[in-house]
Amino acid sequence: MDKIPILKMGRFLLVTIQVDLYDKLALNLESDLVQMVSKTGAADVLIDISAVTIVDSFMGRIIGNIANMSKIMDAITVVVGMQPAVAITLIELGLPLSGVHTALNVEKGMELLKKNLF
Amino acid sequence: MDENQLSSAGLREDLMSNDELREQSEELVDMILTKINDDNVTNLDSEDFEQVYEIIGGISISRAKQGFSPRETGAYIFSLKNALLEVLQQEIINDPVNLYESAMKINKLIDSFSVVTFETFIKGREEVILRQTDEISEISTPVIRVWDGILALPIIGTLDSARTQVVMENLLQEIVNSGSSIAILDISGVPAVDSLVAQHLIKTVSATRLMGAECVISGIRPEIA
Repeated sequence: MDKIPILKMGRFLLVTIQVDLYDKLALNLESDLVQMVSKTGAADVLIDISAVTIVDSFMGRIIGNIANMSKIMDAITVVVGMQPAVAITLIELGLPLSGVHTALNVEKGMELLKKNLF
Repeated sequence: MDENQLSSAGLREDLMSNDELREQSEELVDMILTKINDDNVTNLDSEDFEQVYEIIGGISISRAKQGFSPRETGAYIFSLKNALLEVLQQEIINDPVNLYESAMKINKLIDSFSVVTFETFIKGREEVILRQTDEISEISTPVIRVWDGILALPIIGTLDSARTQVVMENLLQEIVNSGSSIAILDISGVPAVDSLVAQHLIKTVSATRLMGAECVISGIRPEIA
């Protein structure tokens, strides 16, 4: 079964989603990520969704959930590299993901997290 | 008969070069003459006429694009009727019943031609209008790079949902292309902001935020505030 790798880089957890998410995969990612945060004590989570071209309301909700769970675990989540079409879809679905930090690309996401660290 | 129609049709139009008109008319008349016979003259849906309709459609669309008026395009097709009726009158002098019947047949045939003419003429005009609408909406939503990492997007005219969609797509695409982190949305050119327009603006701002860029709205006039 497909599994989305979660990479640990110092205080960051790096998740790059390279395939189109389906429901089961997204749910697994959600639980894996929370486990990883608790195991490593990471302070920041960076999710790269630049390869995701299709989202539905479920996927939008999962992304929001991940961010909120991480927050409860005392980790900040940044979603980076969202495609324009995905952004428009999420807005049209009424999911502005208000609790989630966003950045244009991984570089800017890292910068944002580093700024928040100090 | 051929010569007669040509001269008659050729005399009526002066909006395009005579040679071009002659060529066009000749093609049309030749096609009608090769396709028409005693059997299909009353059967307007006959497959024999398909090529004739094609030529008429071609002429009509090209005229719509050249800016001919509907009256002129209509007159062109109806001139063919006059020419045909004149020929009939000359050739069937002593048989009024036959003349009347033949005239009726010609009438119906040309009427059906003219219906096709108008359909395609309007279609041609609509194509022109659609293209212009597209161009206007493209032109009216420019995204300008004012500084490194800063985009400006002046919105002029009313914002409806279709236009918001175009604005949003252009803006987000430009954010990705230029890697900008700030977008300035200038609404000083929007005449009226009602709740729907405000909702569209909020959507655009939220979508920009989702992309990881910040959106600033400027140019709010006192009455809008």
